[in-house]
Amino acid sequence: MLKPAEHTITAKNLTKTFGDFTAVDAITFEVKKGEIFGFLGANGAGKTTAIKMLCGLSSPSSGEANIAGFDIYKQPEDIKKNIGYMSQHFSLYGDLTVEENIRFYAGIYGLKSTEIKERSVALIKELGLENYAKRFVAELPLGWKQKLAFSIAIIHNPKIVFLDEPTSGVDPITRRQFWGMIYSAAAKGITVFVTTHYLDEAEYCDRVSIMVDGEMRDLDTPTALRTKYNLPTMNDVFLHMAVRSKRSE
Amino acid sequence: MRTLKFLLQKEFLQIFRNKAMLPIIFVLPIVQLVVLTFAADFELKNITYVVYDADKSQTSERLMNQFAASPFFKFKGAMANFNDGMSALDENQATLFIRIPPRFEHDLAKEKSAQIMLDVNSIDGQAATLSFSYASGIINSFSSEIRQEWNGLPEQLTMPIQVEKRYWFNPEMAYKNLMVPGILALLVTMIGLFLSAMNVVREKEIGTIEQINVTPISKVHFLIGKLLPFWVIAMFEMAFGLTIGYLIFNIPVNGSLILLFSYVSIYMLVVLGMGLWISGFADTQQQAMFLAWFVTVIFILMSGLFTPIENMPDWAQKLTYVNPVAYLIKVLRSVLLKGSTFAQMQWEFVKISLFAVTMLILAVRGYRKRN
Repeated sequence: MLKPAEHTITAKNLTKTFGDFTAVDAITFEVKKGEIFGFLGANGAGKTTAIKMLCGLSSPSSGEANIAGFDIYKQPEDIKKNIGYMSQHFSLYGDLTVEENIRFYAGIYGLKSTEIKERSVALIKELGLENYAKRFVAELPLGWKQKLAFSIAIIHNPKIVFLDEPTSGVDPITRRQFWGMIYSAAAKGITVFVTTHYLDEAEYCDRVSIMVDGEMRDLDTPTALRTKYNLPTMNDVFLHMAVRSKRSE
Repeated sequence: MRTLKFLLQKEFLQIFRNKAMLPIIFVLPIVQLVVLTFAADFELKNITYVVYDADKSQTSERLMNQFAASPFFKFKGAMANFNDGMSALDENQATLFIRIPPRFEHDLAKEKSAQIMLDVNSIDGQAATLSFSYASGIINSFSSEIRQEWNGLPEQLTMPIQVEKRYWFNPEMAYKNLMVPGILALLVTMIGLFLSAMNVVREKEIGTIEQINVTPISKVHFLIGKLLPFWVIAMFEMAFGLTIGYLIFNIPVNGSLILLFSYVSIYMLVVLGMGLWISGFADTQQQAMFLAWFVTVIFILMSGLFTPIENMPDWAQKLTYVNPVAYLIKVLRSVLLKGSTFAQMQWEFVKISLFAVTMLILAVRGYRKRN
């Protein structure tokens, strides 16, 4: 068995099938502690399905996985205490204010009342949302919502945070700021598992994996991948691999 | 327990912020209770009738005066012939057509018997039966009156057996006393079922449920967090409706309110559990809505509110054993009108508690954090 001491995520032949469609086909990989792990793939490559299995939202059809030291089948609730998750779809409550959303999630993760207050104040200040604390989240611009969602996903200081296309639809400046937040989370020791289809963002990751048609085709540092395929950018690497996809018509 | 506090806080904030919710909770019930109670009155008043009196005698006139004096009938005109009377029925000018044949008085005096023809529009069978029996009532009493006068016999001799009626528990036969508890039962059921079924599905639709499902929150906590606010609302609704029933319709409160509310509090667990169960397998609010409607319509039509359960065929009566609305209506009526006590109602408590436990188990099993 893999050593969970060094690796905070280990997956072995993790597979998900829907009927006779194999969404995720026996992926095997490890993520080191404190790493920013990029999970690349075209739409429909199986990224979201894979992330949902790792977060305990979806049962794997076969294979094994260990997240933060806990078994994906036997200890899903222990896993949940130790991870944060930000889904592809915005999932804070639009009809609650910024403050109320923070309080709610901090509360259900079991933070103490004093901690909730402190974190809430600090977080609002960090995001520059002082004037918007009592506004409904639905009224915020998308970029702000995404930053708030990320901050809330790590409010309980999880060991790992899973981000599913966190920056899709966000302007370049906000994307840059968002990555600043990812870096500071990683600096605090939080392992970041991020899916994206912005290839410039792939360059920011410590290591990236590339999924094509549900399979993990390659996994290495961006530099190593560029060298291996002798291509100038990650964009070229990605296109080189994804062009052989059967799922993209 | 702390988790629950945050969940409840969130739910209440969302419920009271939802602008469509407050009218649903406060306005709809009043409208429904008041309108339905006035409308769903099965007593027939103002049965319209026309008369073709071919006899034009003193006796026939006397009989017609009896009809005119009755609060149940409303005179719509004297017909010149038989055809006019039938066309009055055809054109819906009247429900009842009374024909008095020529020689009516003569036959009555000579032969000691005479005939009257009643034609009733029977499109609504129930109304027709009632119209007919009211009319027969008037005619029968007139007939015994006549017999007594002409024969000079005391009433006892013409009618050897006399029936005295006493209507227990609802002496004035006030329909509203029967309807208000029934409509209240429907109200709390509908509000509870729809609110709970739609709420969780809404979270599925916007995707917030996914965020909840990656937290370590337990299924039971989550469901209590969803159930409790609606339980509070339903109990409030019940109290609110009962107050309206008491103030506007003067419905009697003969039993213990504590008993009544204890029962409703368990009953609501059945309904809310069912709503949450539905939301477990519905993916969209539309699906949840259809399922909730399907269940509600069956519950209502088979609740005994509109048709007495005793009149249903055997298999349908058995089906009402699993209809919680039927139980609630029975208990509400018993406690309010009869003043039933806990000792008399204990089986009802046992049954509804079993029901509640079953529904809650189904709800918990139906909700999956992982699929």
